[in-house]
Amino acid sequence: MSSQPVSFEESVPDNLKGLVSDWSSDVQTFKVRWSKAMMWIFLVSDTFIFGSFLSAYMAVRLTTTVPWPNTSEVFALHVGGADIPLLLIAIMTFILISSSGTMAMAVTSGYKKQRVRTGVLILLTALGGVAFVGMQMFEWTKLIVDEGIRPWGNEYGAHQFGGFFFMITGFHGLHVSIGVIYLTTIAVRVLQGRYDRLDDYQIVEVAGLYWHFVDLVWIFIFAFFYLW
Amino acid sequence: MSNMNEQEKHFKHPSFYPGDAPETEHPFSLYISVWILLFVFSGFSYMVDYMNVEGYLRWFLVTVFAFLKAGLVVGVFMHMAWERMALLYAITLPPLFLLALAGILAVDGSFIYYIRDLFMSLTPS
Repeated sequence: MSSQPVSFEESVPDNLKGLVSDWSSDVQTFKVRWSKAMMWIFLVSDTFIFGSFLSAYMAVRLTTTVPWPNTSEVFALHVGGADIPLLLIAIMTFILISSSGTMAMAVTSGYKKQRVRTGVLILLTALGGVAFVGMQMFEWTKLIVDEGIRPWGNEYGAHQFGGFFFMITGFHGLHVSIGVIYLTTIAVRVLQGRYDRLDDYQIVEVAGLYWHFVDLVWIFIFAFFYLW
Repeated sequence: MSNMNEQEKHFKHPSFYPGDAPETEHPFSLYISVWILLFVFSGFSYMVDYMNVEGYLRWFLVTVFAFLKAGLVVGVFMHMAWERMALLYAITLPPLFLLALAGILAVDGSFIYYIRDLFMSLTPS
């Protein structure tokens, strides 16, 4: 047994393998798994996308000399002979928050490696996402068909309203839809026992980060687009 | 554990990942209380609309409730409160640049409004 130290060039060759090794070596800033750190960095970039959307919306809303449509009127729901402002949006908000709650519980169950409980809670979360997207489809249909709101104009006020509404809520709805597919995939894998075999439920936490982010974005859309 | 391949060994090196330590396990009750708080704050911001609070007070309240909710989601649901500062700052500081963007756009937007308003008041309709 030779105790001669191996040179760096020998242990990490400069080829494709070396490239992977360099990027995944123990020169480490974030003391968390690679998957978790990268999900966070993806979420930061996504924050910039939604942040830019909302900033642009603010800028355009400031510039228009025509009054901005009254959102509590546009998004009112007609129930039992009375218009209740923002009812659908309130229900959507509560559903998305609840799905975040079940996801947080799924992550905790994941830490404890409780297979069935984790899987069922993730499926419940995905179900909340499906309900949310379904209600959003209902809302879009109502706005497009009944109220004639278009990206280029509407009867309630500033023409730019439709463009920003469809772009921002549409991009968020896309995130929810992708999240539903993502979560369903993870839930199936959990229930199949894949992460028991690996003895590692980290992926549940990473998927949870994505889902909570979708909820987080909705909090700001709800505040700045619907309530301001 | 001798048949574990290299990649798995890398992923399972517990000392590398203090973020995965047992202190990140929290009882369900913590999440349920945060969940209830989120409901309450959402209810409050909904009430701001329902009770027709207008003007600066409306914008102030809506923004405060949004950031309170965001703090709870990021801090507790996304476990940021228990992450190391290296990750915390790397993730939470960059988005602050958006405040600069919003600030510049607010100044610019107000100026465009002023110009448009001026133009329309000078244009015979």
